[in-house]
Amino acid sequence: MSDILSLSLAGLRARLADRSVSATDAVSSCLERIADTEPAIEALLTVTGEAALTQAQAMDAAGPDASKPLWGVPVVVKDAICTKGVATTCASRILENFVPFYDATCVARLKEAGAILLGKANMDEFAMGSSTENSAFQKTRNPWNLDKVPGGSSGGSGATVAAGQCFAALGTDTGGSIRLPASFCGVTGIKPTYGRISRYGVVAYGSSLDQVGPLARTAEDCAVMLQVMSGHDAKDSTSAPREVPDFAAQTATRKDLKGLRLGLPEEYWGEGLTAEVRACCDQAVDAAKGLGAVVVPVKLPHTKYAIATYYIVAMAEASSNLARFDGVRYGFRHPDAKDLRDLYEMSRSEGFGEEVQRRIVLGTYVLSAGYYDAYYRKAAQVRRLIRQDFLDAFQACDVIVGPTSPFTAFGLGEKADDPLQMYLADIFTISLNLSGLPGLSMPVGLGQESGLPVGLQMFGKAWDEGTILGAANALSGALPQIGMPKI
Amino acid sequence: MKFTPQQAAKVAALARLRLPEEKLERIASQIGDILNYMEALEACDTAGVEPLYSPVEHPTPLRADVAEKTFQRSDILSGAPETDGTYFIVPKIVAG
Repeated sequence: MSDILSLSLAGLRARLADRSVSATDAVSSCLERIADTEPAIEALLTVTGEAALTQAQAMDAAGPDASKPLWGVPVVVKDAICTKGVATTCASRILENFVPFYDATCVARLKEAGAILLGKANMDEFAMGSSTENSAFQKTRNPWNLDKVPGGSSGGSGATVAAGQCFAALGTDTGGSIRLPASFCGVTGIKPTYGRISRYGVVAYGSSLDQVGPLARTAEDCAVMLQVMSGHDAKDSTSAPREVPDFAAQTATRKDLKGLRLGLPEEYWGEGLTAEVRACCDQAVDAAKGLGAVVVPVKLPHTKYAIATYYIVAMAEASSNLARFDGVRYGFRHPDAKDLRDLYEMSRSEGFGEEVQRRIVLGTYVLSAGYYDAYYRKAAQVRRLIRQDFLDAFQACDVIVGPTSPFTAFGLGEKADDPLQMYLADIFTISLNLSGLPGLSMPVGLGQESGLPVGLQMFGKAWDEGTILGAANALSGALPQIGMPKI
Repeated sequence: MKFTPQQAAKVAALARLRLPEEKLERIASQIGDILNYMEALEACDTAGVEPLYSPVEHPTPLRADVAEKTFQRSDILSGAPETDGTYFIVPKIVAG
Protein backbone atom coordinates (compact mmCIF):
# COMPACT_ATOMS: atom_id res chain seq x y z
CA MET A 1 0.00 0.00 0.00
CA SER A 2 1.36 3.38 -0.95
CA ASP A 3 2.71 5.74 1.73
CA ILE A 4 0.10 8.30 0.84
CA LEU A 5 -2.68 6.01 2.05
CA SER A 6 -1.17 5.67 5.50
CA LEU A 7 -1.62 9.42 6.01
CA SER A 8 -4.55 10.85 7.90
CA LEU A 9 -6.67 13.43 6.11
CA ALA A 10 -4.92 16.13 8.13
CA GLY A 11 -1.55 14.66 7.15
CA LEU A 12 -2.54 14.55 3.50
CA ARG A 13 -3.64 18.21 3.61
CA ALA A 14 -0.18 19.22 4.77
CA ARG A 15 1.48 17.22 1.99
CA LEU A 16 -0.90 18.59 -0.64
CA ALA A 17 -0.28 22.13 0.57
CA ASP A 18 3.52 21.88 0.31
CA ARG A 19 3.15 20.03 -3.01
CA SER A 20 5.11 16.97 -1.85
CA VAL A 21 1.97 15.07 -2.88
CA SER A 22 -0.21 16.12 -5.82
CA ALA A 23 -3.96 15.79 -5.97
CA THR A 24 -3.43 13.39 -8.86
CA ASP A 25 -1.13 11.23 -6.70
CA ALA A 26 -3.74 11.16 -3.95
CA VAL A 27 -6.54 10.16 -6.31
CA SER A 28 -4.40 7.58 -8.15
CA SER A 29 -3.34 5.97 -4.87
CA CYS A 30 -6.95 5.68 -3.76
CA LEU A 31 -8.05 4.24 -7.11
CA GLU A 32 -5.28 1.63 -6.96
CA ARG A 33 -6.32 0.71 -3.44
CA ILE A 34 -9.94 0.45 -4.58
CA ALA A 35 -8.93 -1.87 -7.42
CA ASP A 36 -6.96 -4.04 -4.97
CA THR A 37 -9.50 -4.26 -2.16
CA GLU A 38 -12.93 -3.77 -3.70
CA PRO A 39 -13.33 -7.38 -4.89
CA ALA A 40 -12.95 -8.48 -1.27
CA ILE A 41 -15.04 -5.86 0.55
CA GLU A 42 -17.48 -4.40 -2.02
CA ALA A 43 -17.87 -1.13 -0.15
CA LEU A 44 -18.70 1.02 -3.18
CA LEU A 45 -21.71 1.11 -5.50
CA THR A 46 -20.17 3.62 -7.90
CA VAL A 47 -16.56 4.63 -8.53
CA THR A 48 -16.12 7.95 -10.31
CA GLY A 49 -12.46 7.29 -11.11
CA GLU A 50 -12.16 9.05 -14.43
CA ALA A 51 -13.93 12.21 -13.31
CA ALA A 52 -11.87 12.26 -10.11
CA LEU A 53 -8.60 12.00 -12.05
CA THR A 54 -9.61 14.67 -14.53
CA GLN A 55 -10.55 16.99 -11.70
CA ALA A 56 -7.32 16.28 -9.80
CA GLN A 57 -5.20 17.03 -12.87
CA ALA A 58 -6.97 20.34 -13.42
CA MET A 59 -6.50 21.25 -9.76
CA ASP A 60 -2.80 20.38 -9.88
CA ALA A 61 -2.39 22.57 -12.96
CA ALA A 62 -3.90 25.50 -11.06
CA GLY A 63 -1.93 24.77 -7.86
CA PRO A 64 -2.99 24.38 -4.23
CA ASP A 65 -5.56 26.82 -2.86
CA ALA A 66 -5.01 27.57 0.81
CA SER A 67 -8.53 28.96 1.11
CA LYS A 68 -9.96 25.49 0.46
CA PRO A 69 -9.61 23.23 3.52
CA LEU A 70 -10.16 20.00 1.56
CA TRP A 71 -8.18 20.94 -1.54
CA GLY A 72 -7.36 17.71 -3.39
CA VAL A 73 -8.70 15.36 -0.71
CA PRO A 74 -10.46 12.27 -2.15
CA VAL A 75 -13.72 11.45 -0.35
CA VAL A 76 -16.56 8.94 -0.68
CA VAL A 77 -20.25 9.79 -0.15
CA LYS A 78 -22.96 7.45 1.12
CA ASP A 79 -25.42 6.59 -1.63
CA ALA A 80 -28.30 8.18 0.32
CA ILE A 81 -26.89 11.63 -0.45
CA CYS A 82 -27.55 13.31 -3.79
CA THR A 83 -24.58 13.89 -6.07
CA LYS A 84 -25.13 15.84 -9.25
CA GLY A 85 -24.71 13.67 -12.33
CA VAL A 86 -23.70 10.60 -10.27
CA ALA A 87 -26.19 7.80 -9.56
CA THR A 88 -27.76 7.97 -6.09
CA THR A 89 -29.56 4.69 -5.46
CA CYS A 90 -29.99 4.48 -1.70
CA ALA A 91 -29.07 0.83 -2.39
CA SER A 92 -32.62 0.32 -3.63
CA ARG A 93 -34.00 -1.05 -6.89
CA ILE A 94 -36.56 1.74 -6.85
CA LEU A 95 -33.76 4.31 -7.33
CA GLU A 96 -31.44 2.08 -9.36
CA ASN A 97 -31.37 4.49 -12.30
CA PHE A 98 -31.79 7.75 -10.40
CA VAL A 99 -29.20 10.37 -11.34
CA PRO A 100 -29.77 13.62 -9.38
CA PHE A 101 -29.54 16.93 -11.21
CA TYR A 102 -28.33 18.69 -8.07
CA ASP A 103 -25.91 18.20 -5.18
CA ALA A 104 -27.01 17.85 -1.57
CA THR A 105 -25.90 20.94 0.35
CA CYS A 106 -23.32 18.91 2.31
CA VAL A 107 -21.83 17.62 -0.95
CA ALA A 108 -21.83 21.08 -2.52
CA ARG A 109 -19.94 22.38 0.52
CA LEU A 110 -17.38 19.57 0.31
CA LYS A 111 -16.83 20.38 -3.36
CA GLU A 112 -16.53 24.12 -2.66
CA ALA A 113 -13.88 23.22 -0.09
CA GLY A 114 -11.89 21.39 -2.79
CA ALA A 115 -12.77 17.76 -2.03
CA ILE A 116 -12.73 15.27 -4.89
CA LEU A 117 -15.60 12.75 -5.11
CA LEU A 118 -14.23 9.21 -5.57
CA GLY A 119 -17.46 7.28 -5.44
CA LYS A 120 -20.64 6.33 -3.63
CA ALA A 121 -20.80 3.96 -0.69
CA ASN A 122 -23.02 0.93 -0.20
CA MET A 123 -25.59 0.96 2.61
CA ASP A 124 -28.70 -0.76 3.91
CA GLU A 125 -31.57 0.07 1.56
CA PHE A 126 -32.91 3.51 2.54
CA ALA A 127 -30.58 3.35 5.57
CA MET A 128 -32.78 0.70 7.16
CA GLY A 129 -30.52 -1.80 8.83
CA SER A 130 -27.52 -2.30 11.06
CA SER A 131 -25.36 -4.55 8.88
CA THR A 132 -25.54 -3.25 5.26
CA GLU A 133 -26.95 -6.67 4.34
CA ASN A 134 -30.21 -4.97 3.27
CA SER A 135 -28.54 -3.42 0.21
CA ALA A 136 -30.36 -4.49 -2.94
CA PHE A 137 -27.06 -4.74 -4.81
CA GLN A 138 -24.20 -6.23 -2.79
CA LYS A 139 -23.05 -7.28 0.63
CA THR A 140 -20.16 -5.25 1.98
CA ARG A 141 -17.68 -7.19 4.11
CA ASN A 142 -15.78 -5.92 7.12
CA PRO A 143 -12.15 -5.19 6.11
CA TRP A 144 -10.94 -6.66 9.41
CA ASN A 145 -12.63 -10.00 8.77
CA LEU A 146 -14.39 -10.76 5.51
CA ASP A 147 -16.89 -13.09 7.21
CA LYS A 148 -18.21 -10.23 9.33
CA VAL A 149 -20.58 -7.35 8.58
CA PRO A 150 -19.26 -3.78 8.51
CA GLY A 151 -22.22 -2.53 10.58
CA GLY A 152 -24.90 -0.33 9.15
CA SER A 153 -26.49 1.42 7.71
CA SER A 154 -23.41 3.39 6.51
CA GLY A 155 -21.43 0.14 6.22
CA GLY A 156 -19.86 1.02 2.88
CA SER A 157 -18.64 4.33 4.34
CA GLY A 158 -17.07 2.58 7.34
CA ALA A 159 -15.45 -0.12 5.22
CA THR A 160 -14.05 2.24 2.56
CA VAL A 161 -12.32 4.41 5.18
CA ALA A 162 -11.05 1.41 7.16
CA ALA A 163 -9.65 -0.18 3.99
CA GLY A 164 -7.75 2.98 3.06
CA GLN A 165 -9.72 3.54 -0.14
CA CYS A 166 -10.29 7.21 0.74
CA PHE A 167 -9.49 9.74 3.46
CA ALA A 168 -13.02 10.35 4.69
CA ALA A 169 -16.56 9.33 3.85
CA LEU A 170 -19.98 10.76 4.50
CA GLY A 171 -22.57 8.73 6.32
CA THR A 172 -26.03 9.41 7.67
CA ASP A 173 -27.12 8.55 11.19
CA THR A 174 -30.80 8.02 12.03
CA GLY A 175 -30.33 5.54 14.87
CA GLY A 176 -26.60 4.86 14.93
CA SER A 177 -25.86 4.44 11.24
CA ILE A 178 -22.57 6.36 11.41
CA ARG A 179 -21.42 5.25 14.85
CA LEU A 180 -22.11 1.51 14.52
CA PRO A 181 -20.10 1.03 11.29
CA ALA A 182 -17.38 3.33 12.67
CA SER A 183 -17.20 1.02 15.69
CA PHE A 184 -17.28 -2.25 13.71
CA CYS A 185 -14.72 -1.00 11.16
CA GLY A 186 -12.32 0.67 13.60
CA VAL A 187 -12.68 4.27 12.41
CA THR A 188 -13.98 7.49 13.96
CA GLY A 189 -17.42 8.80 13.05
CA ILE A 190 -19.55 11.62 14.40
CA LYS A 191 -23.26 12.34 14.34
CA PRO A 192 -23.53 16.07 14.91
CA THR A 193 -26.29 17.85 16.80
CA TYR A 194 -29.60 17.69 14.93
CA GLY A 195 -29.68 20.82 12.80
CA ARG A 196 -25.90 21.26 12.51
CA ILE A 197 -25.73 20.05 8.89
CA SER A 198 -28.36 20.67 6.24
CA ARG A 199 -30.39 17.64 5.18
CA TYR A 200 -31.20 19.18 1.80
CA GLY A 201 -30.53 16.54 -0.85
CA VAL A 202 -30.30 13.69 1.65
CA VAL A 203 -32.88 10.99 0.98
CA ALA A 204 -35.21 11.22 3.97
CA TYR A 205 -35.78 8.26 6.29
CA GLY A 206 -36.72 9.58 9.75
CA SER A 207 -36.74 13.33 9.30
CA SER A 208 -36.66 14.23 13.00
CA LEU A 209 -33.72 11.84 13.54
CA ASP A 210 -31.55 11.96 10.38
CA GLN A 211 -28.20 13.74 10.41
CA VAL A 212 -25.25 13.65 8.02
CA GLY A 213 -21.76 13.22 9.42
CA PRO A 214 -18.24 12.15 8.51
CA LEU A 215 -16.37 8.90 9.08
CA ALA A 216 -12.60 9.23 9.00
CA ARG A 217 -9.44 7.83 10.59
CA THR A 218 -9.12 10.38 13.39
CA ALA A 219 -11.17 12.85 15.38
CA GLU A 220 -9.11 15.65 13.85
CA ASP A 221 -10.07 14.46 10.36
CA CYS A 222 -13.73 14.36 11.36
CA ALA A 223 -13.43 17.91 12.69
CA VAL A 224 -12.18 19.21 9.33
CA MET A 225 -15.02 17.52 7.47
CA LEU A 226 -17.64 18.66 9.97
CA GLN A 227 -16.39 22.23 9.78
CA VAL A 228 -16.87 22.39 6.05
CA MET A 229 -20.41 20.99 6.05
CA SER A 230 -21.86 22.75 9.11
CA GLY A 231 -24.06 25.82 9.22
CA HIS A 232 -27.46 27.09 8.27
CA ASP A 233 -28.89 26.37 4.83
CA ALA A 234 -31.96 28.23 3.64
CA LYS A 235 -33.06 25.05 1.85
CA ASP A 236 -33.51 23.12 5.13
CA SER A 237 -35.54 24.93 7.79
CA THR A 238 -34.37 22.43 10.44
CA SER A 239 -30.75 23.47 9.92
CA ALA A 240 -29.93 25.83 12.75
CA PRO A 241 -29.05 29.49 12.19
CA ARG A 242 -26.10 29.32 14.59
CA GLU A 243 -22.47 30.22 14.35
CA VAL A 244 -20.17 27.30 13.68
CA PRO A 245 -17.24 27.13 16.08
CA ASP A 246 -13.72 26.27 14.94
CA PHE A 247 -13.95 22.52 15.47
CA ALA A 248 -10.50 21.81 14.07
CA ALA A 249 -8.88 24.20 16.55
CA GLN A 250 -10.95 22.84 19.44
CA THR A 251 -9.89 19.32 18.47
CA ALA A 252 -6.22 19.80 17.80
CA THR A 253 -5.49 21.94 20.86
CA ARG A 254 -6.83 19.45 23.37
CA LYS A 255 -3.88 17.42 24.65
CA ASP A 256 -5.24 16.16 27.97
CA LEU A 257 -8.58 15.75 29.72
CA LYS A 258 -7.82 17.75 32.88
CA GLY A 259 -11.01 18.69 34.68
CA LEU A 260 -13.29 17.07 32.09
CA ARG A 261 -16.13 15.23 33.79
CA LEU A 262 -16.97 11.94 32.06
CA GLY A 263 -20.39 10.53 32.91
CA LEU A 264 -20.65 6.73 32.79
CA PRO A 265 -24.33 5.73 32.51
CA GLU A 266 -24.97 2.58 34.50
CA GLU A 267 -27.45 1.43 31.82
CA TYR A 268 -24.59 1.26 29.27
CA TRP A 269 -22.07 -0.51 31.44
CA GLY A 270 -24.22 -3.26 32.91
CA GLU A 271 -24.94 -6.80 31.80
CA GLY A 272 -24.96 -7.66 28.12
CA LEU A 273 -21.52 -6.35 27.19
CA THR A 274 -19.18 -8.99 25.85
CA ALA A 275 -16.01 -9.41 27.90
CA GLU A 276 -13.78 -8.07 25.13
CA VAL A 277 -15.87 -4.92 24.62
CA ARG A 278 -15.89 -4.29 28.35
CA ALA A 279 -12.12 -4.81 28.59
CA CYS A 280 -11.30 -2.34 25.79
CA CYS A 281 -13.77 0.28 27.04
CA ASP A 282 -12.55 -0.05 30.64
CA GLN A 283 -9.00 0.42 29.41
CA ALA A 284 -10.05 3.57 27.56
CA VAL A 285 -11.74 5.00 30.66
CA ASP A 286 -8.60 4.27 32.68
CA ALA A 287 -6.54 6.06 30.04
CA ALA A 288 -8.93 9.03 30.24
CA LYS A 289 -8.45 9.16 34.01
CA GLY A 290 -4.70 9.09 33.40
CA LEU A 291 -5.16 12.20 31.25
CA GLY A 292 -6.91 13.99 34.09
CA ALA A 293 -10.57 13.21 33.45
CA VAL A 294 -12.91 12.83 36.37
CA VAL A 295 -15.32 9.91 36.12
CA VAL A 296 -18.81 10.28 37.55
CA PRO A 297 -21.68 7.75 37.54
CA VAL A 298 -24.85 8.98 35.79
CA LYS A 299 -28.24 7.48 35.06
CA LEU A 300 -30.29 7.34 31.87
CA PRO A 301 -33.27 5.51 33.37
CA HIS A 302 -35.47 5.50 30.25
CA THR A 303 -32.86 3.67 28.14
CA LYS A 304 -34.90 0.48 28.44
CA TYR A 305 -37.64 2.11 26.35
CA ALA A 306 -35.32 3.53 23.69
CA ILE A 307 -35.54 0.79 21.06
CA ALA A 308 -39.33 0.58 21.14
CA THR A 309 -39.61 4.37 21.08
CA TYR A 310 -37.10 4.74 18.29
CA TYR A 311 -38.62 2.15 15.98
CA ILE A 312 -42.13 3.57 16.36
CA VAL A 313 -40.93 7.08 15.56
CA ALA A 314 -38.57 6.01 12.78
CA MET A 315 -41.05 3.70 11.05
CA ALA A 316 -43.84 6.25 11.28
CA GLU A 317 -41.65 8.90 9.68
CA ALA A 318 -40.34 6.42 7.11
CA SER A 319 -43.81 5.34 5.99
CA SER A 320 -44.65 8.98 5.39
CA ASN A 321 -41.34 9.90 3.71
CA LEU A 322 -41.35 6.89 1.41
CA ALA A 323 -44.80 7.74 0.06
CA ARG A 324 -42.99 9.91 -2.51
CA PHE A 325 -41.68 6.87 -4.38
CA ASP A 326 -44.64 6.45 -6.68
CA GLY A 327 -43.18 5.66 -10.08
CA VAL A 328 -44.31 9.02 -11.48
CA ARG A 329 -41.60 11.66 -11.13
CA TYR A 330 -38.43 9.60 -10.77
CA GLY A 331 -37.33 6.11 -9.90
CA PHE A 332 -38.61 2.72 -10.99
CA ARG A 333 -41.95 2.39 -12.76
CA HIS A 334 -43.41 -1.07 -13.29
CA PRO A 335 -43.80 -1.57 -17.05
CA ASP A 336 -47.03 -3.62 -16.76
CA ALA A 337 -49.10 -1.08 -14.81
CA LYS A 338 -52.48 -0.52 -16.49
CA ASP A 339 -53.91 2.21 -14.29
CA LEU A 340 -52.64 4.65 -11.69
CA ARG A 341 -53.27 2.43 -8.66
CA ASP A 342 -51.50 -0.41 -10.45
CA LEU A 343 -48.63 1.93 -11.14
CA TYR A 344 -48.22 2.86 -7.47
CA GLU A 345 -48.68 -0.62 -6.09
CA MET A 346 -46.68 -2.57 -8.65
CA SER A 347 -43.79 -0.08 -8.70
CA ARG A 348 -43.53 0.06 -4.91
CA SER A 349 -44.03 -3.69 -4.42
CA GLU A 350 -41.27 -4.57 -6.86
CA GLY A 351 -38.98 -1.59 -6.21
CA PHE A 352 -38.69 -1.76 -2.41
CA GLY A 353 -36.93 -4.59 -0.59
CA GLU A 354 -38.55 -6.54 2.21
CA GLU A 355 -37.13 -4.65 5.21
CA VAL A 356 -38.32 -1.38 3.69
CA GLN A 357 -41.78 -2.82 3.05
CA ARG A 358 -41.94 -4.18 6.59
CA ARG A 359 -41.14 -0.75 8.01
CA ILE A 360 -43.64 0.98 5.74
CA VAL A 361 -46.40 -1.41 6.86
CA LEU A 362 -45.48 -1.02 10.53
CA GLY A 363 -45.17 2.74 10.22
CA THR A 364 -48.50 3.02 8.45
CA TYR A 365 -50.08 0.87 11.15
CA VAL A 366 -48.79 2.91 14.11
CA LEU A 367 -50.05 6.08 12.44
CA SER A 368 -53.46 4.72 11.54
CA ALA A 369 -56.70 5.83 13.16
CA GLY A 370 -57.24 4.15 16.51
CA TYR A 371 -53.55 3.30 17.01
CA TYR A 372 -51.92 6.70 16.68
CA ASP A 373 -52.24 7.63 20.35
CA ALA A 374 -51.24 4.21 21.65
CA TYR A 375 -48.08 4.06 19.55
CA TYR A 376 -46.88 7.25 17.90
CA ARG A 377 -48.03 9.80 20.48
CA LYS A 378 -46.95 7.56 23.34
CA ALA A 379 -43.51 7.11 21.75
CA ALA A 380 -43.18 10.88 21.30
CA GLN A 381 -43.92 11.33 25.02
CA VAL A 382 -41.31 8.75 26.01
CA ARG A 383 -38.95 10.49 23.62
CA ARG A 384 -39.17 13.63 25.72
CA LEU A 385 -38.35 11.61 28.85
CA ILE A 386 -35.33 10.06 27.11
CA ARG A 387 -34.11 13.52 26.14
CA GLN A 388 -34.67 14.76 29.67
CA ASP A 389 -32.52 11.89 30.99
CA PHE A 390 -29.61 13.31 28.98
CA LEU A 391 -30.24 16.89 30.08
CA ASP A 392 -30.30 15.72 33.71
CA ALA A 393 -27.14 13.64 33.29
CA PHE A 394 -25.32 16.61 31.75
CA GLN A 395 -25.88 18.55 34.97
CA ALA A 396 -23.23 16.29 36.49
CA CYS A 397 -20.85 15.76 33.58
CA ASP A 398 -19.49 17.31 30.37
CA VAL A 399 -19.36 14.18 28.22
CA ILE A 400 -21.25 10.88 28.47
CA VAL A 401 -19.15 7.82 27.68
CA GLY A 402 -20.14 4.24 26.91
CA PRO A 403 -19.58 1.41 24.45
CA THR A 404 -20.95 1.94 20.92
CA SER A 405 -22.19 -1.64 20.72
CA PRO A 406 -22.39 -4.49 23.23
CA PHE A 407 -20.40 -6.66 20.80
CA THR A 408 -17.90 -6.43 17.95
CA ALA A 409 -18.92 -7.01 14.31
CA PHE A 410 -21.23 -10.01 13.97
CA GLY A 411 -21.20 -12.62 11.21
CA LEU A 412 -22.74 -12.11 7.78
CA GLY A 413 -26.19 -13.69 7.87
CA GLU A 414 -26.14 -14.06 11.65
CA LYS A 415 -29.06 -11.70 12.32
CA ALA A 416 -30.41 -11.34 8.79
CA ASP A 417 -33.56 -13.44 9.30
CA ASP A 418 -34.73 -11.89 12.56
CA PRO A 419 -35.51 -8.18 12.28
CA LEU A 420 -36.06 -7.73 16.01
CA GLN A 421 -32.62 -9.15 16.84
CA MET A 422 -31.12 -6.76 14.28
CA TYR A 423 -32.92 -3.80 15.90
CA LEU A 424 -31.51 -4.74 19.29
CA ALA A 425 -27.98 -4.15 17.96
CA ASP A 426 -28.75 -0.43 18.15
CA ILE A 427 -29.34 -0.41 21.91
CA PHE A 428 -26.57 2.10 22.73
CA THR A 429 -26.83 4.35 19.68
CA ILE A 430 -30.50 5.22 19.18
CA SER A 431 -31.24 7.29 22.29
CA LEU A 432 -28.94 9.97 20.97
CA ASN A 433 -31.00 10.47 17.79
CA LEU A 434 -34.19 10.69 19.80
CA SER A 435 -32.58 13.44 21.89
CA GLY A 436 -30.98 15.26 18.94
CA LEU A 437 -27.62 15.50 20.74
CA PRO A 438 -24.19 14.95 19.15
CA GLY A 439 -22.15 11.78 19.59
CA LEU A 440 -19.11 10.09 18.14
CA SER A 441 -17.60 6.62 18.07
CA MET A 442 -13.84 6.15 18.22
CA PRO A 443 -11.75 2.97 18.09
CA VAL A 444 -10.30 2.00 21.47
CA GLY A 445 -8.65 -1.33 20.68
CA LEU A 446 -9.10 -4.77 19.16
CA GLY A 447 -11.19 -7.30 21.04
CA GLN A 448 -9.04 -9.98 22.63
CA GLU A 449 -11.28 -12.79 21.48
CA SER A 450 -12.41 -11.66 18.03
CA GLY A 451 -9.49 -9.47 17.00
CA LEU A 452 -12.08 -6.97 15.76
CA PRO A 453 -12.27 -3.24 16.54
CA VAL A 454 -14.13 -2.02 19.61
CA GLY A 455 -15.73 1.42 19.57
CA LEU A 456 -16.30 3.85 22.42
CA GLN A 457 -18.98 6.51 22.22
CA MET A 458 -18.82 10.03 23.53
CA PHE A 459 -22.04 12.04 23.74
CA GLY A 460 -21.93 15.81 24.09
CA LYS A 461 -24.26 18.62 25.01
CA ALA A 462 -26.21 20.19 22.16
CA TRP A 463 -23.90 22.14 19.80
CA ASP A 464 -20.82 21.02 21.74
CA GLU A 465 -19.22 18.77 19.13
CA GLY A 466 -15.89 20.50 19.80
CA THR A 467 -15.63 19.05 23.29
CA ILE A 468 -16.22 15.44 22.26
CA LEU A 469 -13.91 15.76 19.23
CA GLY A 470 -11.18 17.27 21.41
CA ALA A 471 -11.64 14.60 24.07
CA ALA A 472 -11.50 11.84 21.45
CA ASN A 473 -8.34 13.34 19.98
CA ALA A 474 -6.62 13.52 23.35
CA LEU A 475 -7.76 10.05 24.42
CA SER A 476 -6.72 8.47 21.16
CA GLY A 477 -3.14 9.66 21.77
CA ALA A 478 -3.09 7.70 25.05
CA LEU A 479 -4.36 4.43 23.56
CA PRO A 480 -2.58 1.75 21.53
CA GLN A 481 -3.27 2.37 17.83
CA ILE A 482 -5.14 -0.41 16.01
CA GLY A 483 -3.53 0.35 12.65
CA MET A 484 -5.15 -0.68 9.38
CA PRO A 485 -6.57 -4.09 8.48
CA LYS A 486 -4.70 -6.41 6.14
CA ILE A 487 -7.09 -7.35 3.37
CA MET B 1 -50.44 -9.22 20.18
CA LYS B 2 -51.41 -11.10 17.08
CA PHE B 3 -51.03 -9.30 13.79
CA THR B 4 -52.76 -11.26 11.04
CA PRO B 5 -51.84 -11.51 7.37
CA GLN B 6 -55.26 -9.96 6.66
CA GLN B 7 -54.37 -6.93 8.79
CA ALA B 8 -51.02 -6.73 7.06
CA ALA B 9 -52.73 -6.80 3.65
CA LYS B 10 -55.12 -4.03 4.67
CA VAL B 11 -52.37 -1.75 5.97
CA ALA B 12 -50.15 -2.59 2.99
CA ALA B 13 -52.94 -1.50 0.66
CA LEU B 14 -53.19 1.82 2.50
CA ALA B 15 -49.47 2.26 1.82
CA ARG B 16 -49.96 1.22 -1.82
CA LEU B 17 -48.10 -2.06 -1.46
CA ARG B 18 -49.46 -5.26 -3.00
CA LEU B 19 -47.61 -8.14 -1.41
CA PRO B 20 -47.81 -11.86 -2.22
CA GLU B 21 -49.47 -14.18 0.31
CA GLU B 22 -46.32 -15.81 1.61
CA LYS B 23 -44.63 -12.45 2.18
CA LEU B 24 -47.71 -11.12 3.99
CA GLU B 25 -47.64 -14.11 6.31
CA ARG B 26 -43.96 -13.65 7.10
CA ILE B 27 -44.22 -9.89 7.56
CA ALA B 28 -47.36 -10.21 9.70
CA SER B 29 -45.68 -12.63 12.08
CA GLN B 30 -42.55 -10.44 12.35
CA ILE B 31 -44.64 -7.32 12.91
CA GLY B 32 -46.57 -9.17 15.64
CA ASP B 33 -43.26 -9.85 17.43
CA ILE B 34 -42.15 -6.24 17.02
CA LEU B 35 -45.47 -4.86 18.29
CA ASN B 36 -45.24 -7.16 21.30
CA TYR B 37 -41.82 -5.72 22.01
CA MET B 38 -43.17 -2.18 21.61
CA GLU B 39 -45.87 -2.82 24.20
CA ALA B 40 -43.10 -2.39 26.78
CA LEU B 41 -43.83 1.33 26.50
CA GLU B 42 -47.12 0.84 28.33
CA ALA B 43 -45.12 0.45 31.53
CA CYS B 44 -43.69 3.95 31.14
CA ASP B 45 -45.65 6.62 32.98
CA THR B 46 -46.19 9.50 30.57
CA ALA B 47 -49.07 11.25 32.30
CA GLY B 48 -48.84 14.96 31.57
CA VAL B 49 -45.74 14.60 29.36
CA GLU B 50 -45.83 16.78 26.25
CA PRO B 51 -44.91 14.73 23.15
CA LEU B 52 -41.55 15.57 21.55
CA TYR B 53 -41.93 15.28 17.79
CA SER B 54 -38.73 17.05 16.78
CA PRO B 55 -35.53 18.12 18.51
CA VAL B 56 -35.56 21.49 16.67
CA GLU B 57 -35.54 24.35 19.16
CA HIS B 58 -34.92 27.36 16.91
CA PRO B 59 -37.83 29.19 15.31
CA THR B 60 -38.33 28.09 11.71
CA PRO B 61 -39.48 31.32 10.07
CA LEU B 62 -41.65 31.33 7.00
CA ARG B 63 -40.44 33.08 3.88
CA ALA B 64 -42.60 35.25 1.70
CA ASP B 65 -44.83 33.24 -0.61
CA VAL B 66 -43.10 34.30 -3.78
CA ALA B 67 -42.50 31.85 -6.59
CA GLU B 68 -38.84 31.35 -7.45
CA LYS B 69 -37.40 29.41 -10.31
CA THR B 70 -34.85 27.05 -8.79
CA PHE B 71 -34.50 24.51 -11.60
CA GLN B 72 -35.27 24.23 -15.27
CA ARG B 73 -38.28 22.16 -16.30
CA SER B 74 -35.98 19.83 -18.21
CA ASP B 75 -34.04 19.15 -14.99
CA ILE B 76 -37.18 18.32 -13.07
CA LEU B 77 -38.37 15.97 -15.80
CA SER B 78 -34.96 14.38 -16.32
CA GLY B 79 -35.54 11.47 -13.94
CA ALA B 80 -39.13 10.73 -14.87
CA PRO B 81 -40.02 7.31 -16.32
CA GLU B 82 -42.31 8.95 -18.89
CA THR B 83 -42.83 12.57 -19.97
CA ASP B 84 -43.95 14.46 -23.04
CA GLY B 85 -41.28 17.08 -22.47
CA THR B 86 -43.72 19.29 -20.57
CA TYR B 87 -45.54 17.03 -18.12
CA PHE B 88 -45.11 13.76 -16.24
CA ILE B 89 -47.15 11.11 -18.01
CA VAL B 90 -49.13 8.46 -16.09
CA PRO B 91 -51.65 5.83 -17.26
CA LYS B 92 -55.12 7.14 -17.98
CA ILE B 93 -57.07 7.93 -14.80
CA VAL B 94 -60.40 9.05 -16.26
CA ALA B 95 -62.59 6.64 -18.21
CA GLY B 96 -63.60 7.42 -21.78
